[in-house]
Amino acid sequence: MRSDVSKINENTPYEELTEGLMMFAKGTAKDFATGPWRTMTPVFDKDLCKQCLLCAPVCPDGCIPVSDMKRSDFDYDHCKGCGICEKACPFNAITMVPGTEPVVPEKDAAAE
Amino acid sequence: MSMKDRMSGNEAVAFAIRQINPDVMPAFPITPSTEIPQMVSTYIANGQMDTEFIPVESEHSSMSATIGAEAAGARSLTATSSCGLALMWEELLVAASDRMPCVMAVVNRTLSGPININCDHTDAMGARDTGWIQIYAENNQEAYDNFIQAYPIAEDKRVHLPVMICQDGFITSHAVENIILNEDPDVKDFVGQYEPEEFLLNPGNPVSIGPYAISPYVMEARKAQEEAMENSKEVIREVARRYREKFGRGFEFFEEYRTEDADYIMLIMGSAAGTAKQAVDDLREKGIKAGVLKLRVFRPFPASEIAQALSPAKAVAIMDRTESYNGHGGPLASEVRAGLYENGSSVKALCYTYGLGGRDFTVERVYEVFDELKDMIENNKEFRQHRYVGLRTNSPEVR
Amino acid sequence: MDFESIEIRWHGRGGQGAKTAALLLADVCFKTGAYVQGFPEYGPERMGAPITAFNRISKKEIRVHSNIYNPDLVVVVDETLLTSVDVTSGLSEDGAIIINTPSSPDEVRPLLQEYKGRVYTVDARKISEEALGKNFPNSPMLAATVAVSHVMEKNEFIREMKASYEHKFAKKPEVIEGNMKALSMTFEALGA
Repeated sequence: MRSDVSKINENTPYEELTEGLMMFAKGTAKDFATGPWRTMTPVFDKDLCKQCLLCAPVCPDGCIPVSDMKRSDFDYDHCKGCGICEKACPFNAITMVPGTEPVVPEKDAAAE
Repeated sequence: MSMKDRMSGNEAVAFAIRQINPDVMPAFPITPSTEIPQMVSTYIANGQMDTEFIPVESEHSSMSATIGAEAAGARSLTATSSCGLALMWEELLVAASDRMPCVMAVVNRTLSGPININCDHTDAMGARDTGWIQIYAENNQEAYDNFIQAYPIAEDKRVHLPVMICQDGFITSHAVENIILNEDPDVKDFVGQYEPEEFLLNPGNPVSIGPYAISPYVMEARKAQEEAMENSKEVIREVARRYREKFGRGFEFFEEYRTEDADYIMLIMGSAAGTAKQAVDDLREKGIKAGVLKLRVFRPFPASEIAQALSPAKAVAIMDRTESYNGHGGPLASEVRAGLYENGSSVKALCYTYGLGGRDFTVERVYEVFDELKDMIENNKEFRQHRYVGLRTNSPEVR
Repeated sequence: MDFESIEIRWHGRGGQGAKTAALLLADVCFKTGAYVQGFPEYGPERMGAPITAFNRISKKEIRVHSNIYNPDLVVVVDETLLTSVDVTSGLSEDGAIIINTPSSPDEVRPLLQEYKGRVYTVDARKISEEALGKNFPNSPMLAATVAVSHVMEKNEFIREMKASYEHKFAKKPEVIEGNMKALSMTFEALGA
């Protein structure tokens, strides 16, 4: 019964689907990139970050990796750009910018 | 080897459960099936079986827990009746679509209203389109025999569907009658060990069960489920034959009682079939060629087999112990006649609703039905197609 | 049992044990090799409400699953039912009725809708109180049913009931003797 579910797609005939649509794989959500859904992108400023870690638990998509009690940069393959982390950050270490890339626009930087 | 005994239908099912000794039984009590979990928990307390019994707070939970346990890899079951079955509704469909081979003892009781707790088939008939296999019993013996066949059907690789084993509330569940019981080792041998191929508590072989399916997958999944239900016909037959060979009892899809040369056949399910058989014997003595087709398996529906069995008769009565409010009979009436049409049969049929809310169904009522069939054929009398047995009315033509 | 089959209807009140008596009768008749059926009239359980229970005992397999409307024997566990329930309804004139009452058959007959068949009375309360010290009318009524119906032979019945009580009252053997005494007192009272 166990089959390679990565070969199943919307064109698969019913005879080749798994019984009860069982998924014979683990952590398959990782293979599904939701990053391109984003219209706003968070930018992480590690110099301003105090590692208070208030941002990580509020991320609905688990896109703020934490190890050894320290966060690192965003998982942009899966971040949908909701902006909750920006609101949660007390130190302005997260800035939402338009578009899908974590790049602070040139002219804004110049204006400052 | 077998043992002669006497017990009620509920005792018989509880006895079968003890012999099978499944892994998990979540249950919530409801009349008239309450005795089943009660007796099972007594067996467990007495150390006669080691099923994990889970008392839950509702039938929605008992069905959920049954699905969860089955998904985890445990042979699971529950029991219920009436409103309990109704409360399980959404979970019933989940059990079937997740292809969980769990089993449920259903002790048929009507659904309100008017508020009533007696027998009819409203509960299980309402659940007829949930994807469960449904097998009905005439008496305690059949409830017992059917229960032992449930897991071998459900767990077969060609099926993997849940099974309801139904018996008539109070009429058989609470009546003490003679029964022949199988020896424990024979039952264990017949049912076999449960060896699920895919299950949640299986380290190194991760699986997700019951995922969300977007529209492009749902129709294909349902078709596969429908095909499994069709496949179950073959399996139900095989298991019934194997049971008959080993224990000497039982039928496949239905029992044909004196139908071989019958002019008039009554198609009926459950405890009333015994009463009908007695009436048929009486009518035969008076020279009326009557017969009974007692349907055992309602899901999958053996349409062509039924059509074949009924077609040689002059007229048939299709007996429903529930109402469909479709203007022409109950579920049996609809499905049997669809089956007759599909198989090119033009045998005349009258559809009857009987025994609702525990209304007693006697041999005299059976005579009346056969009288009407005979009147229709011999005297060309026209009858309303959908009739109520023994209805009090001011206008007899309404009946 | 020297006849093909018998149908019995029990009348009692919820909680008095008429249903239990019917199930016990099925149980004890089963031991003789008969086909048996014992069942209550189905419905919500309400203490004190009139209830009926039924027995079919037969040499042949029993297939009918309906209530009994033309019984061969009626057993009334509570005589107060005589004024409110038509206990002889459908009862065969060749049959019999057994009533739990201190009155004589002639005294209760006027309450029986001109029933022409045999009428037996048993003072089950008195027997039970003498034998057991409590009013448990079940054992005397069961004995009376066997004595009148001849569904099984007296000695066989006594033997089976003893075994049944020994099983049921394994933890309080003191009540076994009283129950056995109630059975024999009933047979004696009925001259059986």
